[in-house]
Amino acid sequence: MGLITTISIWILPCLIGFVLLYATFKRVSTYEEFVEGGKEGFSIAVSIIPYLVGMLVAITVFRASGALAFMIDTIKPFLIAIGVPPEIVPLALIRPISGTGALAMTTDLISTYGPDSFIGRLASTMQGSTDTTLYILTVYFGAVGIKRMGDALKVGLLADLVGIIVAIIVVTIVFGSSI
Amino acid sequence: MVNLIWVFMFVFGILYAAINGTMEEVNKVLFKSAQEAVTISLGLISILVFWLGLMNIAKKAGLLEKLSGLFRPVVKRLFPEIPPDHPAMGYILSNMVANLFGLGNAATPMGIKAMEQMKKLNADRDDASRSMITFLAINTSSLTIIPTTVIAIRMNYGSMSPTDIVGTTLAATACSTFAAIMIDRYFFHRRQRKRRS
Repeated sequence: MGLITTISIWILPCLIGFVLLYATFKRVSTYEEFVEGGKEGFSIAVSIIPYLVGMLVAITVFRASGALAFMIDTIKPFLIAIGVPPEIVPLALIRPISGTGALAMTTDLISTYGPDSFIGRLASTMQGSTDTTLYILTVYFGAVGIKRMGDALKVGLLADLVGIIVAIIVVTIVFGSSI
Repeated sequence: MVNLIWVFMFVFGILYAAINGTMEEVNKVLFKSAQEAVTISLGLISILVFWLGLMNIAKKAGLLEKLSGLFRPVVKRLFPEIPPDHPAMGYILSNMVANLFGLGNAATPMGIKAMEQMKKLNADRDDASRSMITFLAINTSSLTIIPTTVIAIRMNYGSMSPTDIVGTTLAATACSTFAAIMIDRYFFHRRQRKRRS
């Protein structure tokens, strides 16, 4: 653990230092290039706003109305039937839709069942092994002004499904369902 | 597809609220969530400005080309539409490397630059190109080696071994990323077939 924490603390400052030293050695006018590159940051952030507002309001309405909970309850029996632990179902369904929602749910599962319980480890693995598909698509496509996502959403969601199934299988094999 | 899902979330949510008497909650969060979205977007400014600035230095110093040269054989196969020495490759690779090290906030700006370059390759059209879909499929399935946030939560709740989920997470990530690439390939070939017939 100590090593991993140390690495994650050191990696950013070292990376920055390396880039700056290397660039200076290559005679790049570092400060000017930094300002030049950074300028774009503002306009990119602003161009994401309408995409994110549209998505987040829709998700929040869906969740606040109780429709999301209703849908989870509807799908739950099918997932339990194929071997998904019932406690984990809400997390599995929210993970691709809402990053903050999933993080809150993972924290809740870990605090309720304990970090070293089967559910706690499964929730940790699921939280860490995939990213928030809808957020990623919204931000990246939004930043460059692409409105037609093509098959991207389908691919992302199907891959999430595979990730969830694999997480359940791997955690069951490694930690066993009895702990 | 996105249009349908988007409208569905609104309409089904509002209908459900009408039937179950949760309209007040819906009304309350409506503009709060809009505000939250703006806050999130504006919160990205600091990260974007800093990393895009640093990235520009790395690019001018030739570091991006070095990086793409290093991994060219692998990534060339994933993105056959992108010429090997195109700037998009450098950005895609820096995004992947940043993701691997769990530097999420550095990965986003680099990914956005990659998307910009891929849009240029796609003649500036406003629909997603093949390479964009592949790139985002890999990104949504996550590439993180060490899930720092999860480890931190586990530590907070007094885990005996906060890091023992690193192995299982890695296995799940590897499988879902591999699946994402395969599913992406499948959908690409399906699009090709449709176009031909």
